[in-house]
Order: sequence, then structure tokens, then C-alpha cells
Amino acid sequence: MIAQVLYAFFTVVLGVGGCFGYFYGSNWLLDRTFPANANNDASAVRNLRVQANIRPWLFLGPALLLLSVYLIFPVIQTVWLSFHDRAGDQFVGLANYKWAFYDDQFRLSIFNNILWLAVVPALCTLMGLIIAVLTDRLWWGNLAKSLIFMPLAISFVGASVIWKFVYDYRGAGQQQIGILNAIVTYFGGDPQVWISLPFWNNFFLMAILVWIQTGFATVILAAALRGIPEDTLEAANIDGAGPFKIFYRIMVPQIYSTILVVWTTITVLVLKIFDIVLTMTNSQWNTSVLANLMFDWMFRGGGDFGRGAAIAIVIMVAVLPIMIWNIRQANNEQKGH
Amino acid sequence: MANIKLTNINKSYGSAQIIKDVSLDIKSGEFIVFVGPSGCGKSTLLRSISGLDQVTSGTLEIDNAVVNDVPPSKRGIAMVFQSYALYPHMSVFENIGFALENQGLPRAEIKKKVEAVGEMLQLTSYLTRLPKALSGGQRQRVAIGRAIVRGAKVFLFDEPLSNLDAALRVQMRMEIAKLKRDLPNTTMVYVTHDQVEAMTMADRIVVLQAGRVMQVGTPMELYENPNSVFVAGFIGSPKMNFITGLPAEKLKAKTIGVRPEHFEFSKTPTDISGTLDYTEVLGSDSFLYVSTSTGMLTVREPGRTQYKTGQKLNLKPIAEHVHRFGQDDSSLK
Amino acid sequence: MLKRFSLEPSRIALNIAVLIIIALWTFPTAGLLISSLRDKNDIAASGWWTALSSADVAKKGRLKDKVDQVEKDGKFTISGNVFEGADGVSGKVSAFGTKVQAPGGNPAGTVATLDNGQTLVVNVDGSYVLTSPTKFTDEDSGGRVFYIASQPPRFTLENYQTVLFSEGIGRSFINSLTVTIPATIIPILIAAFAAYALAWMKLPFRGLIIAIIVGLLVVPLQMSLIPLLKLYNAAGTFMGVPSKTYLGVWLAHTGFGLPFAIYLLRSYIAGLPKDLIESAQIDGANDFKIFRRVVLPLCFPALASFAIFQFLWVWNDLLVAIVFLGSGPDQLVLTGKLNALLGSRGGNWEILTASAFVTIIVPLTVFFSLQRYFVRGLLAGSVKGG
Ligand SMILES: Nc1ncnc2c1ncn2[C@@H]1O[C@H](COP(=O)(O)OP(=O)(O)O)[C@@H](O)[C@H]1O
Ligand SMILES: [Mg+2]
Repeated sequence: MIAQVLYAFFTVVLGVGGCFGYFYGSNWLLDRTFPANANNDASAVRNLRVQANIRPWLFLGPALLLLSVYLIFPVIQTVWLSFHDRAGDQFVGLANYKWAFYDDQFRLSIFNNILWLAVVPALCTLMGLIIAVLTDRLWWGNLAKSLIFMPLAISFVGASVIWKFVYDYRGAGQQQIGILNAIVTYFGGDPQVWISLPFWNNFFLMAILVWIQTGFATVILAAALRGIPEDTLEAANIDGAGPFKIFYRIMVPQIYSTILVVWTTITVLVLKIFDIVLTMTNSQWNTSVLANLMFDWMFRGGGDFGRGAAIAIVIMVAVLPIMIWNIRQANNEQKGH
Repeated sequence: MANIKLTNINKSYGSAQIIKDVSLDIKSGEFIVFVGPSGCGKSTLLRSISGLDQVTSGTLEIDNAVVNDVPPSKRGIAMVFQSYALYPHMSVFENIGFALENQGLPRAEIKKKVEAVGEMLQLTSYLTRLPKALSGGQRQRVAIGRAIVRGAKVFLFDEPLSNLDAALRVQMRMEIAKLKRDLPNTTMVYVTHDQVEAMTMADRIVVLQAGRVMQVGTPMELYENPNSVFVAGFIGSPKMNFITGLPAEKLKAKTIGVRPEHFEFSKTPTDISGTLDYTEVLGSDSFLYVSTSTGMLTVREPGRTQYKTGQKLNLKPIAEHVHRFGQDDSSLK
Repeated sequence: MLKRFSLEPSRIALNIAVLIIIALWTFPTAGLLISSLRDKNDIAASGWWTALSSADVAKKGRLKDKVDQVEKDGKFTISGNVFEGADGVSGKVSAFGTKVQAPGGNPAGTVATLDNGQTLVVNVDGSYVLTSPTKFTDEDSGGRVFYIASQPPRFTLENYQTVLFSEGIGRSFINSLTVTIPATIIPILIAAFAAYALAWMKLPFRGLIIAIIVGLLVVPLQMSLIPLLKLYNAAGTFMGVPSKTYLGVWLAHTGFGLPFAIYLLRSYIAGLPKDLIESAQIDGANDFKIFRRVVLPLCFPALASFAIFQFLWVWNDLLVAIVFLGSGPDQLVLTGKLNALLGSRGGNWEILTASAFVTIIVPLTVFFSLQRYFVRGLLAGSVKGG
């Protein structure tokens, strides 16, 4: 045990130290090679300019290198693969996209993705807004928000164990250990196999993501609410507006852009949703979504990189406009004050 | 000792030309004030001198050396920002000593210099504090201390007093004036939009408008001989009155300018008569707002005034103090 | 102080509403925590919520053998306690019986007459006396007894002991830390430098670089796995080193985390007062020094908020670890271990629940200790205040 801990410790020190070492070392080397400490003589000024031209690339270098290897290279590779056949040897033009268009499983995944998109971002944002408003003036509001936020810290594997205790099914007559079936049988209903219930099982999976993401929406929106000038609320109160009117006429418009940012952030996340479906149903019972379909084509039985790649491109192209819009929005907001 | 020489300086951001052909000679040890309305390019000009912004064309010399391409840290300048720009996470000592640290000075020497500056600015007992634990005036002094400690040849100030309340502003104005006395060899360039600051502190004032130098001169020169309607209107408080029409034509001018303190009252009707609209009593002076056929005029009277609102007044400018301006708004001599 | 304007008609209703929401939200996690502390037989036998109150459970046991009989006043008695030998069961008996059809036929303390003339008394504390007018023979040996016991809530740390010391979870815990700590610190460092360069330094193509980095936010991670796996294998073969190394997984997490990190940190660093940076420039600090002495200390909230995200993401990640790390005991991370347990020990709820809770303890600790910076760091670009 001690040996393991020591080994782990040294590995960590080496990894982190190497990274620090690069930045310190390269900058030290630059300052050494082009010394600029002497006061005001021409060579110092010239060296300073050389430094100013080189240093940004020292700063950016590792990031650009890693981004190229881990993201840009795979993206290019994927684009290329999406125009090739299953093993990636034969150019097939748009065949993979055409296949996707007519494939039932693909259509199902798109349909499910759209279902997720319609439900999860809206529900998370709405719940987040409600909780943020309700907890705004509670003395224990921060504690409450932390508890709501907590699921975000839990892994999808952990979450799937947690939710097994919610959705677990035992045959009628047996004692239920899943809370949902326990409630249903308590009121005299028949226990259900929730995660294989056609169509509705999607919503039981979505509930998990809502459970996880609402905390994110809550803390962001709560901060935005606190940024609303107090006097506008008081003025509305004096003007005779009731609580609900104040909420949707005064509060919501003032944090509208934050609401949009939260909504789109979750939308982007939902488009890439993968883990919940993998750990809860493994795409069975018609719960497949695009990322899982791609994963299956690439890694599992499918073994067709071309098709998997085409699905990946579809996901990226779908996220891109939302992302651009999202960032525009954030930038506009930044300029606004 | 360092003089500053600007020759045909231009500065553009994209297609917008902000500084237009500015030439200026700032003598060594001089306290020069750039004044002008907000947005006229004062900060831009100052930043060009500091090197934080590059000029688009023209030559900039400090201490007789062209510094167009020299980075800020090598120009021998120090700058005091409007926001003070104190490093919030560093103590007062570290804030003042940061520049010395960057020069690679030994610790003991840094300590000696910072403490000397702290003494000079009465900051000795605050050296270990963080900026957020200081009052506005103290922060201002730390910002000045950072400039002093480096022994820079040129100090640049960008509206350093505009974040202070009125009383503190007067006090700091005096402290900066004292600083100027203590550092007679340091050239100081001071930017403000407040003409009172300009008048009280400057050796010479540079009036800017829309990126152009309108006039350069000592405060009294500008007060007594403004070369244009703009300068005449900008310098002096309350503002100079401008009168057009018959009274101006009589003096062969398009516009005449009369400062509020340069009116006399006449028992008999004059060219400029009107009714007293409103009076402001300041104690030492009273300002009378008189509504006339050429517009609202401000008249200053020492002490109290005997006139009542609604009363008819006949005004007569004191002839030797009348400023005459021609068709192009420039002064007619 | 001005009281914050009040939206709701009544504070009490508000508190209750929030309490209900909190209960709803914490309920699933509470279920996991409670289950992990229950006896392994109970977890699968009854809902975790029943563990909180005393429960009536039907039990059965065996009476003692004929060798324990005692003769007294011409009667033969066997006495003992039903809880003896029933492992871990204790509590109070409310009723008992000798037939499976009527396990609670006789209230505790009453005398039940058996078919063969024997009588049995089981008391509340579980002690019993079996009395027979004749000597007990082989036939009577070890008769069955049924009883209803009311059990107080029982919790045990046994599951955690099992999981930490015999299931290899402890080892995986260390592996997870070995992956997570560098995979959190390295991207912070690299992204912070890049963010500073993109926010404050003069360099060509700055806008384009920013746009590309933001664009990379949309790349679905699963997509890059195959190309990278090939690359790793090729690199491993080429350099004669194993392709599955900690270094490899750190760099992978760093690469995947960078777009968000740079995006977040850049908007925060760009929002620092311009005067501050320029003042440092005039003070003669070069960009490395400005970054180290001025920018880094000031963007701590943003660093912390990204650290939370990245830590949670890496700690909770399964996919990247599966692909870039081996599955041997020296490299298997917690999520991988848990996933393996889900497959192999899917029925062993006691192991699953305790392991799951072990995996979420660290991220929860990290989250709660850094959360006050979370919003501040995140909001630099998007919301006022914060
Ligand atoms: N970085 C910049 N990019 C574009 N325009 C600028 C920039 N900085 C200043 N300006 C413009 O230049 C003009 C002069 O600004 P400034 O020098 O700050 O005025 P002031 O006299 O109030 O200090 C303003 O109209 C301002 O909008
Ligand atoms: Mg300005």
C-alpha cells in the first residue's frame, strides 16, 4: 500500500512538475537568450521586441499542440472517415450520410435526441429558476442550493446505481426495493419495469439528467437574480405589481440573457448525451441517442467507422449553431456593462 | 531631466483618427496639463507618450531620443492611472516596490527606497496593508509613490483625482503641487477634463478638442487671451458669455465674449438688457442669470446682490475685457 | 438594512416548498447512503426506506436438541433463546407459532399447546421454554419455531470494510487520484497561460485562434477515441513503450478539457482591469512576470471554478479511462472498478452501494470545499455581480 501511494505521489509530482518546468524553463531561456535588463540601450530595446514576438507562442504552444492532437486531428480524421467505407479504404462519397438518412435506428436516435432537447433544457432551466427564486431569501438558501447542486458531483456510473434504487422492479407480490414501484404498489397499482416501458422510458432517463443539471442552472440563475437592482423590485412593488407579475415582468426580463445562456449550455450538453443511456439501458428498449449510436457503430459489433463518423459529424453540425449563438449572447452581455 | 517633443503625431484606431497632427514641445521639469472635453483624445495622447499605444505617424522624442518603438518600461516614464491600478493582492510595500523588483534590485535597497517614499507620502504605517484597506486619498498616494520610487524622469497622470470627492480632490491637488516642488527636475504631464485643476496646477495648459491642439499657454494667457471661442468657453468658471448680434456687430465681430465678472450695471438702458431670472448666492459671490434678447447671460457680483428676481437689468461689458471673435470663431486681435 | 422584497405570501409555505424540493433531490442519494450502511441481506429484501424505522420481520429458527433437555418435577423442558444462532438478529418478539401457516399465531408470553401435548412459551425477549410430559426423543429433535420479531434500525460499516480492503477499491482509489490530480492541474496551467496570451498579448491570428478553440467545444468526445487510440498504439510501438500510461491519460484529459478551460479563463482574464496590466508593463514586468505576479493571483476564482469542473469530469469519467488506461489493478480507476462490479457483482448490492458511495465522496468534498469560488469564476463573462 505504502509503495503504491509513493509511486502515485511521484508520478503526480513528475507530471505536474514537468508542466511547471516547461513554462519556467522556456521563459527563463528566452530571457537569457535575449537579455533586456540593461537600461535603455538599443540592444535591450531590440531584445525586448524579440521577446514580445516569441513569448506569446511559448504561452500558447502547449495548448495549441494538445488541441491539435486531441481534437483537431480527430475531427479531420472523422470528416475523412465519414466519406469512406467501413474499414476506411474506399471513398464512398455521401453514402454514409445517405444510409443514415434511411436507417431506422438513426431516425429513432434523432427522434430521441429531439425529445431530450425539447424536455431537458427547458425543465432544468425552469426548475433552476424556480428554485433560485424560492431560495433567494432563505437564510439556509445556500445550503439548499448546495444540496440541489450535489448530483452534479456524482459520476454517471454512481448515478446509475443510485437510480437503480428508484427504478428497480420486483414481480408483483414481492416487496419492492425501488421507491417508484413501492409507491405505485402502495396505492394499489401494478409494479412496472420503468426503463423498458416503450417511449416513456426515455423520460425516466431524462429525469436523471434533470436531477443532475438543475443544480447548475440554479446556481447560475441565483447569481443573476442577486445582480438585479433591488430598487427595480421595490419600484414594481410600489407600483402595485403582485409577486407573479414582478417575477415575469421585472425579474425574468432582467436575467433573460443568463436564462438563455443556461438553456443553451444544457442544450449543447444534451446533444452530446451519452453516459446515462450507456449505463442505464445500453441503448436497449429504443432509448438510443446519436452519441450512443455512433459509439455502437465505432466500438461495438457495428465496426463501421464510416457510419460512426457520419453520425459524429451530424452531432457536431447540429451543436455548432447553438454554440455560436450562445457565445455571441455571452459576448453581447459582456459588452453591455 | 527630460524634455518631451511631439512632432506631427497622428493616432488612429482603424479608420477613426483620434489624434490629429499634434506637435508639442514640453520643457524639462515642466508641469503641463492636457485639458479638454471628455473623448477629445487626452488619454490617447498620454498613452502614446507612455508607449502603451503606438502612434500611427509622427515622431516622439523623450530626452532628445526618438522613442517611437521603445516599449513603455524603457522610456523612463511613470504613470498614475485614474483607477490607481493598484495590485489588489499586493501590500502597499509590494505595490510600491514592484517596479524595483522588476529591475532586479537587491532586497535591502528596495526596502530602503520604498520606506523613503512611504515617509515622504505619509504612508509609513500603512506599508503592510492591502489596497482595499486604504482610503481613497491613501490609494492615490500609493499610486503616486509607485511613480516616485523609480525615479522616473517623466510622470504621466491620467485624471488622477476624478475618483475622489470634492474635499479630498482639493487636498490632493495641493499634494501634487507640493510634489512638483519637491521634484523640480521631473517633467509632469497631467490629463484632466476639469479646467479648475488645469488652471491651478499647470505651468502650461494644452487645450485639446477632437484630437487637435487648440491652444498652448500659461493659465493666465489662456484666461486673458483665448485664441478661439472654444478655448474661451472652456477656460474659466462660470463659462464666458457669448453675445452675437448688434452688440457684436458694433465691435466688428461675429461674436463677442464677456466673462461673468466683466459686466457693469447701468442705470440707463444699454444694448444688453434683460430681466433677472434667477440668482445663485455662494456667499463670496453671487451669480445672476439674466435673460436677454441674445440669450441667457451669467453675471458675477462679489458678495450679496441687491437685485431681485424679475427685475430689469441693464448690462454693460467692461470694454478692455471684451473678447472679439471672427467668422471662423478665432480671436480677432 | 432594507429587507429584501418578498415574493411569496408566506414564509412558512416558502420554507416548506423548498424543503419538499430538497427532499425530492436528495432522496435518491440518501437511498444510496442508507443502503450502503445496511446489512447485505436486508438491502435486497426490503426497500431502504424501511431501514429507518423498527420493522416487524417474520423469522424462523430451530429449537434446541434433546441433549439439552432438563428433567424437573417429572416434566422435561428445553429452554433457550430464539435469537441464539440467528446471525445478527436481535430485537423483540411480538408473536410466535410452530406452523408455517401461522407464524404469529400466539402472542409472545402465552402458552401454545403443540399437537403431541408439548407446550411452548416464547417471551418478548426471545427466551423460550418447551415443556413435555415425556422424555424428548429423536423425533422431537430441533423442532421449528416461527416468530415475528420487531427489529430496531440496524446499520453496519461492514460493507465499507469489504469494499475498501478486499474488493480492490482502495487500490483503484489511489489510481483515480493519480489520474485526477495531474489531469486537473496540467490543463489549468496550460489553459491559463494560453488564455492570458489570447486576452492580453499581441499576436497574429488571435481572433481566429479563439474562434477555433471555441468551435472545438462542440466536438463529441467519443468521436476522437478511435483516431487517438490508433495514434497511441503507433506512438507506443514506435518508441517501444506501453501505449497505456498515466501520462497518456493525463494528456488526453488535458486535451479534452482545454477548450472549455481556455474559453472560461480567457473571458475572466480579459475582464481584469486594463489599467492593472498596463501599470505592470510600465513597471517593467515582462508578460511572464505579469502573468505570475498579477494575473494568476487575481483569477483564482476562475481557476477554482474550472478546477471543480475538471476534477469532477476526470474523477467521474469512465470512457477515457477505459480507452487510454489498462484494466490491471495498477491502472483501473474507481469508475472502471465500479462498472466492472456492476457487471460481475450486479446482484451484490452491498458491494455496489458502498463502492458507489466511495466514488462520490471525493468529488463531493472537493465541490463543497471550493464551491464559494464556483459561481464567481464562472460568471465573469456572462452575468453581472456573482
Ligand atoms: N482602443 C480604442 N479603440 C477604438 N477607439 C478608441 C480606443 N481608445 C479610445 N478610443 C476613442 O478615442 C477617443 C478619445 O478617447 P480618449 O483619449 O480616452 O478620450 P479622453 O480625452 O476622454 O481621455 C474616444 O472617442 C474613444 O472612443
Ligand atoms: Mg480619458
